[in-house]
Amino acid sequence: MIRRWYLWLPLVAFIGFVALVTSGLMRPMDREVVSRMVGKPVPEFALKPSIPELPGLSSADLQDGKPKLMNIWGSWCLPCIAEAPHLETLKANGAEIVGVAIRDKPEDVAGFLAQNGNPYIRIGADDLSAVQLEIGSSGVPETFVVDGNGIITYQHIGDVRAEHVPMLLEKLDEAAQ
Amino acid sequence: MSALKPKHQRLVLVVVALIALIAAGLLAAYALRNQASYFYVPTQMAANPPDPTQAVRLGGMVQAGTLKTMSDGITVAFIVGDGEAQVPVRFAGILPDLFVEGSGVVAEGKLGADGTFVADNLLAKHDENYVPRELEEMTAAQAKRTVSETAQ
Amino acid sequence: MIAELGLAALWLAAALAGLQLIAGAVSVKQPDGPLASLARPAAVMQGVLAAFAFAMLLWLFAQTDLSVKLVAANSHSAKPMIFKLSGTWGNHEGSMLLWITVMALAGAMIGYLERRLPEVTMQATLATQAFVGLGFYAFLLLSSNPFERLPTPAAEGQGLNPLLQDIGLAFHPPTLYFGYVGLSVAFSFALGALLTRQVTPNFARAMRPWVLGAWIFLTLGITAGSYWAYYELGWGGWWFWDPVENASLMPWLAATALLHSVSVLAARDALRAWTIMLGVVAFSMSMMGTFLVRSGVLTSVHAFAVDPERGAFILVLLGIYIGGALTIFALRAGTVQEGERFTATSREGALVFNNVMLSAILAVVLVGTLYPLLTEAFGVQVSVGPPYFNPVGAIFTLPMLAVMAVGPLLRWRRDGVKRVSKPAVFLAIFAVVVGALVAYLSNASVLAVLGLAFAAALGIGSLLPLKGRNLLRTPLATWGMVTAHFGIAVALFGMASESAFSIEKLVAARPGDVTEVGPWKITLDSVDPVVGPNWTALQADLQASYKGAAAIELQPQSRTFWSPERETAESALATRWNGQLYAVMGSGIEDGRRQLRLWWKPFVPMIWLGGILVALGGLLALIGRLTADLKRHYVRRRSAERREETQA
Repeated sequence: MIRRWYLWLPLVAFIGFVALVTSGLMRPMDREVVSRMVGKPVPEFALKPSIPELPGLSSADLQDGKPKLMNIWGSWCLPCIAEAPHLETLKANGAEIVGVAIRDKPEDVAGFLAQNGNPYIRIGADDLSAVQLEIGSSGVPETFVVDGNGIITYQHIGDVRAEHVPMLLEKLDEAAQ
Repeated sequence: MSALKPKHQRLVLVVVALIALIAAGLLAAYALRNQASYFYVPTQMAANPPDPTQAVRLGGMVQAGTLKTMSDGITVAFIVGDGEAQVPVRFAGILPDLFVEGSGVVAEGKLGADGTFVADNLLAKHDENYVPRELEEMTAAQAKRTVSETAQ
Repeated sequence: MIAELGLAALWLAAALAGLQLIAGAVSVKQPDGPLASLARPAAVMQGVLAAFAFAMLLWLFAQTDLSVKLVAANSHSAKPMIFKLSGTWGNHEGSMLLWITVMALAGAMIGYLERRLPEVTMQATLATQAFVGLGFYAFLLLSSNPFERLPTPAAEGQGLNPLLQDIGLAFHPPTLYFGYVGLSVAFSFALGALLTRQVTPNFARAMRPWVLGAWIFLTLGITAGSYWAYYELGWGGWWFWDPVENASLMPWLAATALLHSVSVLAARDALRAWTIMLGVVAFSMSMMGTFLVRSGVLTSVHAFAVDPERGAFILVLLGIYIGGALTIFALRAGTVQEGERFTATSREGALVFNNVMLSAILAVVLVGTLYPLLTEAFGVQVSVGPPYFNPVGAIFTLPMLAVMAVGPLLRWRRDGVKRVSKPAVFLAIFAVVVGALVAYLSNASVLAVLGLAFAAALGIGSLLPLKGRNLLRTPLATWGMVTAHFGIAVALFGMASESAFSIEKLVAARPGDVTEVGPWKITLDSVDPVVGPNWTALQADLQASYKGAAAIELQPQSRTFWSPERETAESALATRWNGQLYAVMGSGIEDGRRQLRLWWKPFVPMIWLGGILVALGGLLALIGRLTADLKRHYVRRRSAERREETQA
């Protein structure tokens, strides 16, 4: 065994490689940047309407006493299409959803809504991701629960899936307390 | 060199291969220390400027309203910031696709003695979902300030 | 219905892979057991079923069946048919299905055709192949099912991405995949031979066509990928040492070494353990390439949809297969008998040198590619580029090229230095003269001068094995070697010329302005808007005249796509036999001028021409080997028949 020590060298080198890339792989795992804004009030902002049919969105709209879901999305983002039906379900269950369209164009937004349904009561156009970054969202789609006083109570990162719907409705109820 | 005894031949081969690979590894390690180009955000560059001979990369947001084309028509100048510090950048060449004010950029080049970063290559973000990974390292506060500056 | 059929076929194929693994593994222990006749048919059936599943996915894409998630996300009813079809593998799930399909078909071919090896080695080989296949089936079925349906069919697909509608891009990944899969077969053979202690010249002959085939595809894939980056990125460069490029280069380096060591094993029964080891390394490099590209642990200028979960899955597979294989190697390689002897100055000696140098280059590329990961673990971010790879790679490449120029002239087993000293001295003098001329006449970098000198010597040296032979009776395999080596010289000549003689001009021009770039005079006629199917563009009309000859029209564009919105610079090329003119248009300036970037790159097409020659050499060798095998098979059968006749 010992005479053939060099036969083990490839394996040792390979284990070193695996250890290295595993550490590298752990790193992107924390790409889910959790917002530091949870529990804090929404920053002041006022966004112009993204499409003429719906009003725009400002921080004042989030302080009307009724909890809301604030959905950060873009017509160019694939997971947003996947989550569209679940937003519809949320709407059907009485959730009020406001949208922030990231770096988007009115005609694209209109096309998206025509194809995937429109769960929103307001859509603000965030052309430079300014509001997105202000509230600590690092990607699309993300959905925030904002209580009636404009305080962010919960952040959902990634697309809303069927299994998240009851949980988000519950968070809305909690925010209403 | 005469034909070796079989056993010796194998050992000689192993030793030769090992020497070559270790040499390759050592050479690589030595060269990497000198040739790897380090990544800076403007804050780091201001606090601890790299050697003017060292090729480095600078990442940050292109500040709105700072993009200018020089009179020769091919050199552009703009300012890259991270919300805390700003570094003026000069680049002679064709701007990459998707290079716009207010978006992230990674410039490869050297920091000139006058404090201007001379870029010989720019990488802009490649699609809507892609931010150069280094930019994700910016603190949220830096990113926030960057945006407030670029949005004006 | 179609999607469900495809999924069912995939599950069945996975089950058969399981059966093949068990049958093969049991039969290694009990060669005459009840399962001994199962592995081969299972392999064939598995291939048929996987191909059926892939055909179903092709069908779904051809029909643009929008109830299937993958189709809705990656296709569009308005796409041209060819891009609908290529969209099948233009995404993660589809490309994994393609991988497993090719792999299953390769397994089916071995199971059906390969009769040279002892049956017990074949069982072990098929079991290994099934074991590797199972990992990918699990990956597909558990984490990336290509046949998944949407709860409600989409109204229209999302995949009208203009960038993916590029014929080069459509066929580039499959080419590399064929290469990777060929190496997986070589891996299975290597393990089968090691497990059953049958590391013989016969094993090398059975494995060689697969290595050759894989190597041809990898060569073509790398050549095509380099050309694509060259004209698509618009930076005028043809190789960026980008992680994605390195991921395709590393398996090629390993496969090149393997190819040569397999030849030594087949011809001379030497380098047994080393060949096995390279078989494992070559496949691990292809898996690692896939891992690096898919996992996103390394950022790259090629933006890919990356997913850490997928990366983790591939990494686990990599750990199981390669870790397992290397452990078996360490335990078993000691029992592999020492091969035949040879002296340092012999064909084997030269090939060993080439193998060691290739391994060293591989180590250099690997270390450079992974170094950013290492420093990131300590919180420092670096990137590694040409300033590292070019000189460090050259330190090992140049000696290898020198040996390559004279190595094929050496005899097997032992040879005197005297016999090759004359051509060697002649080539050395020739190289020095060329290098001195280039250094004197141009201001080329040291590396470019060396590159041109070595390319010249290798170009002549690679043809010397044909000297004094009857060209019609020279075996195809020799022709293949000569062509491939000459191709390397041609490619090197292109690379060094591009670096030594390129002229770049960056101007801001008004219509009517004339720019001189080397021997070219280029007039900007006009800049006009043009409209495409899903883009608008500004197009410059350039009239380029070479040394006063009739002008060629070049039309670089700056394109804006909508859905999804992006801008691209479309370069324009004018190709002559002695080089290429490369033009890119940039943005406009307030005063009405446009930026133009113009390059004259002498002999740059030689880079890809060389790559094609190398692949062609591989193809000639493959055809030569296969026809020789068939002949041998036929002769054996005839003599067996005759024996039976005489006995009867």
